[in-house]
Amino acid sequence: MAEKVRVSTMMPPGHVRTPAYLRGKTGEIERTLGPFSNPEQLAYGLEAEKLPVHRVRFTMAEVWGAEAENPADTIDAEIYAHWLKPAET
Amino acid sequence: MGGNDAGAIVPDDHDFALWEKRVDALQVITSTKGYFTVDGLRRVLEDMGEEAHETMSYYERWVVSVNQNLIEAGAYSLAELGAKMDEVKARGETYGDCAVNELSNPCAGDDDNG
Repeated sequence: MAEKVRVSTMMPPGHVRTPAYLRGKTGEIERTLGPFSNPEQLAYGLEAEKLPVHRVRFTMAEVWGAEAENPADTIDAEIYAHWLKPAET
Repeated sequence: MGGNDAGAIVPDDHDFALWEKRVDALQVITSTKGYFTVDGLRRVLEDMGEEAHETMSYYERWVVSVNQNLIEAGAYSLAELGAKMDEVKARGETYGDCAVNELSNPCAGDDDNG
């Protein structure tokens, strides 16, 4: 069974790759990629640590709530590991 | 931008001006040389805020970002940048003026292709 994860709700100023509309949303890890250098350090010319990047699958119902036109459709987003926490099921 | 309504998409194709091609080339050359990465380019573009996206063109924003990243990386100093800007400005307002001035005063202030 796929691991459920929740995206952090933090909103730090500056360069991050985590889409704002997915923050606080829960999805399933579809696969794990990387490791890739952390863009939040690369963006400032800093030495960047290598992190796993998870491809997380969200349902439209989760992302858009009652407004979702096709609630069972899904969207995949690749999110750096430090933005994800295991979700309570 | 950022999930806000941005109006209709303009599908027109357009040619790029010479200076725009040069900005693109500058980004490729300087990032290939290791001064910064695409992450740094995006970071400065994002930090400019919404107003810059409404008032500046795509490559106007790019040249600001490339410059900011090169300053931070130590590629040149602000004083060097200021002196170079004055030198380029003195060549004339248009590419035509610059060419005429170059002909009447060859190699003046031009240390890279004279």
